[in-house]
Amino acid sequence: MAFLQLKSVGQTYFSKTSATTALEDITLSVNEGEFISILGPSGCGKSTLLSIIAGLLLPTVGSVMVNNQRITQPHPKIGYMLQQDYLFPWKTIEDNITIGLKLRNQYSFEHIQGAFTLLKEIGLDHTRSKYPSELSGGMRQRVALVRTLATHPKMLLLDEPFSALDYQTKLKLEDLVSSTLKEHGKTAILVTHDIGEAIAMSDTVILLSSNPGRIFRTFKIPETLRALLPFEARQHPDFSATFQQIWEELEHIEQNDNE
Amino acid sequence: MNKTIMNEKHREYLQSLKKEKRNIRFVQLLIFISFFLLWEISSVKGWINPLLFSSPTKIWTLFLEKASDGSLYLHVIFTLGETVLGFILGTLLGTLLAALLWWSPFLSKVLDPYLVVLNAMPKVALGPILIVAIGPNFGSIIAMGILISIIITTLVVYTAFQNVDANYVKVIRSFGGNKKQCFKEVILPACFPNIISSLKVNVGLSWVGVIVGEFLVSKQGLGYMIIYGFQVFNFTLVLMSLLIIAIMATVMYQGVELLERKLIKHRS
Ligand SMILES: Nc1ncnc2c1ncn2[C@@H]1O[C@H](COP(=O)(O)OP(=O)(O)OP(=O)(O)O)[C@@H](O)[C@H]1O
Ligand SMILES: [Mg+2]
Repeated sequence: MAFLQLKSVGQTYFSKTSATTALEDITLSVNEGEFISILGPSGCGKSTLLSIIAGLLLPTVGSVMVNNQRITQPHPKIGYMLQQDYLFPWKTIEDNITIGLKLRNQYSFEHIQGAFTLLKEIGLDHTRSKYPSELSGGMRQRVALVRTLATHPKMLLLDEPFSALDYQTKLKLEDLVSSTLKEHGKTAILVTHDIGEAIAMSDTVILLSSNPGRIFRTFKIPETLRALLPFEARQHPDFSATFQQIWEELEHIEQNDNE
Repeated sequence: MNKTIMNEKHREYLQSLKKEKRNIRFVQLLIFISFFLLWEISSVKGWINPLLFSSPTKIWTLFLEKASDGSLYLHVIFTLGETVLGFILGTLLGTLLAALLWWSPFLSKVLDPYLVVLNAMPKVALGPILIVAIGPNFGSIIAMGILISIIITTLVVYTAFQNVDANYVKVIRSFGGNKKQCFKEVILPACFPNIISSLKVNVGLSWVGVIVGEFLVSKQGLGYMIIYGFQVFNFTLVLMSLLIIAIMATVMYQGVELLERKLIKHRS
């Protein structure tokens, strides 16, 4: 049974002068342990979709089900990592990564130690009493990931988590995130602009068309690539063929847009 | 070898900084001394009216006299207490009001024009009404100190609340946090720098409110001393009170700055 199900979800933003339909008829289901990437042109509604799944935004039409239960507010089993790290500058790293535990009433010794262990695994144990302004961009992004993982969500929503990083750091973080999520058996939805990243990291890639955002095509990534770490997958011969395929579909979307 | 040259250069740089600082201090002191010296001389020589402008030595003598008989002490404490209460309460209540506006967007839209009008109005003009309503005492002077700073604090802090990046709130909400937790964990701490800076402004405003209040109530305090000195044409008393106010206001301002540095040292 699918962990997450979206049924004909649509979102329209209203303002005094206009009504913008950002999403239309989005139906999809995500199984436990699956890694899905969402690709699409800027403004097609990717962030809107994540906000809806995170329970921060109630869709205008349709429904979102987690374990067959309709959600209307943030679900404790779903963790949302925003586009930028959004670490609280006035809190130490330690307080930043445990804020979720505090808010979710899981502020026990055991859970706090769990968060510290995650921080250690990700190589930032020494930053515990530092402030975010003392860390580099890549380090902050990793801390934000720990913050999201600390409350033990079953599913992670990642909104362009690597967009602000240099290429090398990005490749390293992709591997780290991918292996961390696999190891803990997490389900994930990743929003990205980077076709290569989508292929290297996920099991399924969903293409959205814009105005309004609809599901244009769904790709299954070949088993050969899925078994590999993102960095290795990028070197694999199947990678460029898949890349080519998705690239052409994206071109189609743009052509449709221009008509 | 290269390293020793760098160290040498660094030391020279530090020394030049030190020298500059020393020069600045020296000139500042020079201006200070010349000002009082010139004041003294022109008063003694009659270049300025000594009755109106008094002189530093006369002020000092009066100060020692008042300080030794203990009467000055009371006046100073009285005014100081009112001012501190005024600016702390003004800032606190202003922040509280801003929180209320943040909590209820409806209320904030309703109150918007009233706040604009209240802010534009000269608050000291309300003095006489306050005195009649509260009575010619301590209470109405503090009310004056609060009144003069509360509206502007509300407006400034509320604007700061509104400008907090909504994504920080999203983080809290995604962890299931409610509105109260959003306020406590994000909105308030994000705006601490703004609250402290309005505290700084309020130190000045509160002095104005309290002194005007004391002019009107005329019982005790430095404001009363100024008005009394004016009435009996004792300008030495007026100037002495002014100098004491200047010193105390400066000390307070420095105190708030110290607090500022302590509280917000980690923000980039
Ligand atoms: N709060 C809002 N009010 C009104 N319109 C909005 C709002 N948020 C998004 N939109 C509109 O909805 C559409 C989708 O926005 P969204 O942020 O979901 O796009 P996106 O796919 O994440 O874009 P990008 O790749 O640039 O991040 C856009 O046309 C945008 O203008
Ligand atoms: Mg987006």
